[in-house]
Amino acid sequence: MEWETVIGLEVHTQLLTRSKAFSAAATKYGAEPNTQACAVDIALPGVLPVFNREAAHMAVKFGLAIGAQINHRSVFARKNYFYPDLPKGYQISQYELPIVAKGHITIDVDGSEKVIGITRAHLEEDAGKSLHEDFHGMTGIDLNRAGTPLLEIVSEPDMRSSKEAVAYLKKLHELVRYLEICDGNMQEGSFRCDANVSVRPFGEKKFGTRAELKNINSFRFVEKAIEFEVERQIELLEGGGKVVQETRLYDSDKNATRSMRSKEEAMDYRYFPDPDLPPLVLDDAFIADVKKTLPELPDVKRARFIKQYSLNAYDASVLTSSREMADYYEQVLCESGADPKIAANWITVEMSAFLNRDNRDIATSPVTARMMSSLLKRLADNTISGKIAKEVFEAMWNGEGDADAVIQKKGLKQITDGAAIEKVIDAVIAKNPKQLEQYRAGKEALFGYFVGQVMKASQGKANPGQVNELLKNKLKP
Amino acid sequence: MSLDREQVRKMAHLARLTITEQEAASYAETLSRILVLIEQMNAVDTTGVAPMAHPNESGLRLREDTVTEPNLREKFQKIAPSVEAGLYLVPKVIE
Repeated sequence: MEWETVIGLEVHTQLLTRSKAFSAAATKYGAEPNTQACAVDIALPGVLPVFNREAAHMAVKFGLAIGAQINHRSVFARKNYFYPDLPKGYQISQYELPIVAKGHITIDVDGSEKVIGITRAHLEEDAGKSLHEDFHGMTGIDLNRAGTPLLEIVSEPDMRSSKEAVAYLKKLHELVRYLEICDGNMQEGSFRCDANVSVRPFGEKKFGTRAELKNINSFRFVEKAIEFEVERQIELLEGGGKVVQETRLYDSDKNATRSMRSKEEAMDYRYFPDPDLPPLVLDDAFIADVKKTLPELPDVKRARFIKQYSLNAYDASVLTSSREMADYYEQVLCESGADPKIAANWITVEMSAFLNRDNRDIATSPVTARMMSSLLKRLADNTISGKIAKEVFEAMWNGEGDADAVIQKKGLKQITDGAAIEKVIDAVIAKNPKQLEQYRAGKEALFGYFVGQVMKASQGKANPGQVNELLKNKLKP
Repeated sequence: MSLDREQVRKMAHLARLTITEQEAASYAETLSRILVLIEQMNAVDTTGVAPMAHPNESGLRLREDTVTEPNLREKFQKIAPSVEAGLYLVPKVIE
């Protein structure tokens, strides 16, 4: 039987606020345990939550970016469960009335576009961390993360393959970083994903029973976890079994999912409106203010790059993969006046290779946009050849100054003086009588050899165009 | 609508409360009386009335996003039953 996969994703994004959702403690990652957990976060009696305006601002910003309806009135609810990483005994979340209602995101898979619905996005607080290692049979609790604002983004079950799920997740990741509402760091857990996965026979309208996969903290693992789970469910169904609705944990070491708890023994969260928090009411002015802070969104930027700079889709998508990258490119264009395609190549090929090699991103590149511009200017005015430019780039990367400084220090200025080039050519020809004879006897392939020798003799500085032309004349019988 | 003892026991479990058989019986009765009150409210026609989430409908007061809480870990941990390496220690929990 042919099976169809159905996937919906729930993504938790940590909002980039300085302070927590309901307290004025810091949210910085990596602080000493419990040094950023105040009386509200550790739930001492008598404390009251006060909501962070910036968290509301960021949630609305996201809602506007996905074309969603913003609820002018949303309600915080208590989600009740006992676990020491949230000492209140409940998590403040939104249930019936989330801040962001239905929206959508367009993904691109193998060259075709698909719209993925977003059911809702709601505000809630993060929990602390439990450390189960070596505390004489006890569990250690760090509440620094407790109370950090989260925006949980819930998609419709619109994805039909692990590939689509990854494309959606990457798109969402790119978007929240463009909006500067989340740093997207999956390792540190500021962008986390749960996947609801089910299968059904092709053509069937009803959804199959789903399993919820937790603990997937990289794009690669999302793909692998879903693929494993789909296989597992199909095998189960084809063997006459049944999928049970349950939460499963993905284990990346074993590349397998295992059951965590089934829905039957699932928790009853007993949501109810939090009496400590009146409804969050946002007026039109608030939303209009947020609208003013919206940056150019990735899709719009991509389309503009293709049109304005005549780039192909690949270059445009690499150059708009982050806001920093796009800004870098446009700054280089503006400062160097270089041809957009040439500038694009230098960034997507040369620069990307070095960034990958040294595991850096564009924001921390030792070659700044200004330095890249200095290089492209010298390339355009023929001071250096393309080959030498690579050498200059590497020197700039290693901290030897901008292009002009490197060219001067290393004496890399291109030789464009015809008489000087001729001198080099004469010397090369004199040294290679045998090759000259063969060339003149018809072995034209040797032309490349002569070019190589001349370039070598000039330490790569002779203008290649001129070398070609002059050499042709000199080699004539 | 009324609650039976089994439902009361389940609620007590969710709230992590230990109750005796006798208490379960008496709670079943008293809690059911609350449900009677709710049934009366349910009978009211509320078509067109927005659900009230909070008696104070003036809306939430918002706070500016600034960090003003100092690190009081030492003070807080003095009153905690067990701490180590800056962590609060609790009986082992693992899912």
